[in-house]
Amino acid sequence: MHYFIGDLGHLFVITSFISALIASFAYLKATTVLDLVKQEAWRSNGKVSFYLHAASVLGICVTLFVIISNHYFEYHYAYNYSDKKLPTYYLISTFWNGQEGSFLLWMFWHAVLGIIIILTNKFWEAPVMTVFSLVQAFLASMILGVVIPGLEFKIGSSPFILLREAMHDAPIFKAQPEFIPKDGQGLNPLLQNYWMVIHPPTLFLGFALTVVPFSYCIAGLWLKKYSDWIRPALPWTLIGCGVLGLGILMGGYWAYETLNFGGYWNWDPVENAVYVPWLILVASLHTMITYKNSETALKASIILVISVFIGILYSTFLTRSGILGESSVHSFTDLGLSGQLLMYLLVFLIGSIVISAIRWKQIPFTEKEASTYSREFWIFIGATTLCLMGFQVLAGTSIPVVNTILSNLGFEKKLAPPTDAVAFYSKFQIWFAIAVGILSAVGQFFWWKKIDRKVLMNQLFIPATAALLVSLLAVNIFKVFNLSYALMMLAGFFTVFANAKILFGLLKSSPSLSGGAIAHIGVGLMLIGVMFSAGYSRVVSLNNTGLQISKEFSEEFNRDNLLLFIHEPRTMWGFEIEYLGERLEPRYHSGFIRTSDVHETEDQNLVVAKRELKVGSKKYNQNDTIVVQGENTFFEIELRKGDKKYKLFPRAQINPEMGGLLASPDIYRAVTADLYTHVSSVMDPSEEAEWSKLEEMKVKQAQEFFANDYVGILESVDRIYNVFGLELGDQDVAVKARVRIQGEKGDYIAEPIFLIRDKMVGRIPDEISDLGVRITLMNIHPETNEFSLGINTRQKDWVVIKAMEKPFINVLWIGTLVLMVGFGVAATRRIREFKKMKAKGLE
Amino acid sequence: MKKSHIFLLIVIAVAIGIIVSTADDASTYVGFSEAWAMSTAGNKKEIHVVGQLKKDPNGHIIGIKEGEDRVSFSFTMVDDEGKEQEVTYNQPMPPDFTRSEKVVVIGSYKGDVFHASKIILKCPSKYQEETINV
Repeated sequence: MHYFIGDLGHLFVITSFISALIASFAYLKATTVLDLVKQEAWRSNGKVSFYLHAASVLGICVTLFVIISNHYFEYHYAYNYSDKKLPTYYLISTFWNGQEGSFLLWMFWHAVLGIIIILTNKFWEAPVMTVFSLVQAFLASMILGVVIPGLEFKIGSSPFILLREAMHDAPIFKAQPEFIPKDGQGLNPLLQNYWMVIHPPTLFLGFALTVVPFSYCIAGLWLKKYSDWIRPALPWTLIGCGVLGLGILMGGYWAYETLNFGGYWNWDPVENAVYVPWLILVASLHTMITYKNSETALKASIILVISVFIGILYSTFLTRSGILGESSVHSFTDLGLSGQLLMYLLVFLIGSIVISAIRWKQIPFTEKEASTYSREFWIFIGATTLCLMGFQVLAGTSIPVVNTILSNLGFEKKLAPPTDAVAFYSKFQIWFAIAVGILSAVGQFFWWKKIDRKVLMNQLFIPATAALLVSLLAVNIFKVFNLSYALMMLAGFFTVFANAKILFGLLKSSPSLSGGAIAHIGVGLMLIGVMFSAGYSRVVSLNNTGLQISKEFSEEFNRDNLLLFIHEPRTMWGFEIEYLGERLEPRYHSGFIRTSDVHETEDQNLVVAKRELKVGSKKYNQNDTIVVQGENTFFEIELRKGDKKYKLFPRAQINPEMGGLLASPDIYRAVTADLYTHVSSVMDPSEEAEWSKLEEMKVKQAQEFFANDYVGILESVDRIYNVFGLELGDQDVAVKARVRIQGEKGDYIAEPIFLIRDKMVGRIPDEISDLGVRITLMNIHPETNEFSLGINTRQKDWVVIKAMEKPFINVLWIGTLVLMVGFGVAATRRIREFKKMKAKGLE
Repeated sequence: MKKSHIFLLIVIAVAIGIIVSTADDASTYVGFSEAWAMSTAGNKKEIHVVGQLKKDPNGHIIGIKEGEDRVSFSFTMVDDEGKEQEVTYNQPMPPDFTRSEKVVVIGSYKGDVFHASKIILKCPSKYQEETINV
């Protein structure tokens, strides 16, 4: 038992909580005391406390990682989320697999950002860090894991609890308190994916970035510097938009690659919970920029910046309190923190409302009405549209919350979320998206030019005409005969062309200002990509044989799925398609192994090579043991067109946590469309195959024979002394025959065993599943130097696949990247501006 | 009327529209009797029913029948008001189904039988509660 490391971790947790509280208090004093000497003293106090806090957060992370990477399974966290087989990079993702670890990740980013603020902004340091440290203290309390004596009230859930504390009812710990499990539960195989290594850190960095503008805003209200906070906060908002957007995108891409619902977005509450704050964040970005340029929309900026952070807290509450338990596809573990999370939310919500209300009358605003031809007007409409877009998703996602409130108030009617989430959200979101597309084209023109109606019409004429022409063409070529889809495409093209025009103008004069134009081109491309890939996704694996796959399946299943027997080509999507057999994946390097080339062992993660193998870049000798990812089976499928060949490896994963067998797609990426293929039915390995009657033949060594129409040859027969790890006695005899069979696609090896043990005959046949052949060494005839081989055959291996065409999905990915580049360019510009101001001594 | 007022009115109108539409599209948690009443009244909207599997006095689950095609099954569910109902599901039995403490079925009546299109399970886990969705 390694008690010390856990105690150390717990000490770090408590230190981090207390130091955050002290930092907040010290910075509060530094902001409020008038005496300059005291002010300075309090400030250095706060600084030291925050550094201490950051150091302990780092300490927690290191300690937890030591526990995980050294496999201390006496700790609940290591036991529950990791095992000894995991390679290092997945041990890292184990770190944030549990709720406590993801809080920790979030805290870590806060600590980093806090240090950056302290180091870069002297003027705002004290008030901003007061708010910032308070946010951080609340977060630290989530992993505190302290029970208040007498009250039975638990504060936080510590990642350092021992397994026996977590499972105090388990009989094993009553009998044996010192029991340490040999291996852990492991990481959900679905999450063993490189996107899951980088997606959570990106997303949480995005979360953390929203606290910075919030802290500046509250500090601004507090110090009555109602407008000065916007400049230093703006670069943070921009970076936040980019990073959070990237985080969301990575999640979507992971879903597209790994899950088999056929898309990147499913309107699940977990997705919605980050989508809404992101929309509001982008809206706040727009109002903040407006304010910087024309001193309007200050109040709107304040409201939005606060809303973003409250939105993040609300999402955290939604996804972690267990309130969505009966309505979400994701499994949430309720750590019993709902009360604490609610308090976190309410403290900052009420606090922000109170401080805003007190200062509201003093916040400057312009009496003047914004003209219809002013940029402020259009940007304000754009921001409002984004907010409404978010509001619709928020309304639907919050149904379980409304329901809980209603039933607490004693109302009978129980609301449940809409049964068809995709239809429910899409029908509104598409119209908002159209509005966003049009506004980001028109708004950009107002942004760059003082404009009246005539100039506007002149400027917009070319992009609008071009968009209309291209859209008309696309409608006809791709048969986009749905009004809202066609409009969405039109809006997309419109904003792409309009912003491209602005971009070309800017590249000549001032390229550093081009961030906005680039970002809006990205938005336009995304609209076009989403419309095609989601709206016109179609099934291409149509069953064109005229035969049902099985009477047991529904009519729809029989129509939309293709049954592929091994080595029997079919046609699909203009390709010749052929199933080549089952494959395994080595755990620690890339490449695929033909299942027929290895023997299985007791452990599903270990196989033994039947022959010399080259897997990826690695070579294995005969009888080498290979560590594989045992829960995954891949199905090699070849696509052929002319001379071109492509391979697909869709996967089936045995995943009890996610409900049994789970199919993941493989995607063939062409320029104009993705071919998205997953298996929809596979042979049941537990079901005994129906073998033909045994056919027996006598062969000599090196003699050829026929098995299921394949040519076979008996290569050798050798005595062996150990059968699958079973030691043989002195009187026992075992021989292993090595049979090579030539299949359509290369040779296969079968190694049947003939065994006399305790004077009883035993035969262990070997199967070549790719060929549907099983070979048994029936008998040995030393007198004639012959061997009897028994051959059974069965129906060939098969797999049922479903394939979908996702047109122009690359346009969506390119669009999102362009959007990120846009945020990057804009952020660089704002950071430069900030540095300039700092050099002048203004920050 | 000032332009900003018109704008505000439009925003409020859209927001109300969203709320009304959300309330309208929202499904409901009901008991089987109410679901039956809704169905006979011609309302075919899918609804959520929360309940448990039927158990005999010894705590064994009764009423689970495998479908003839082996890829579907039916079971007897007792809703929170204590009403029993046969529920069919067009897919194989989800893992941990029999271990579930609570079952949420989403679907509608087809004849006398409640036809589930989705089942959500709440299972007692090692030490913390987990929900597993199907």
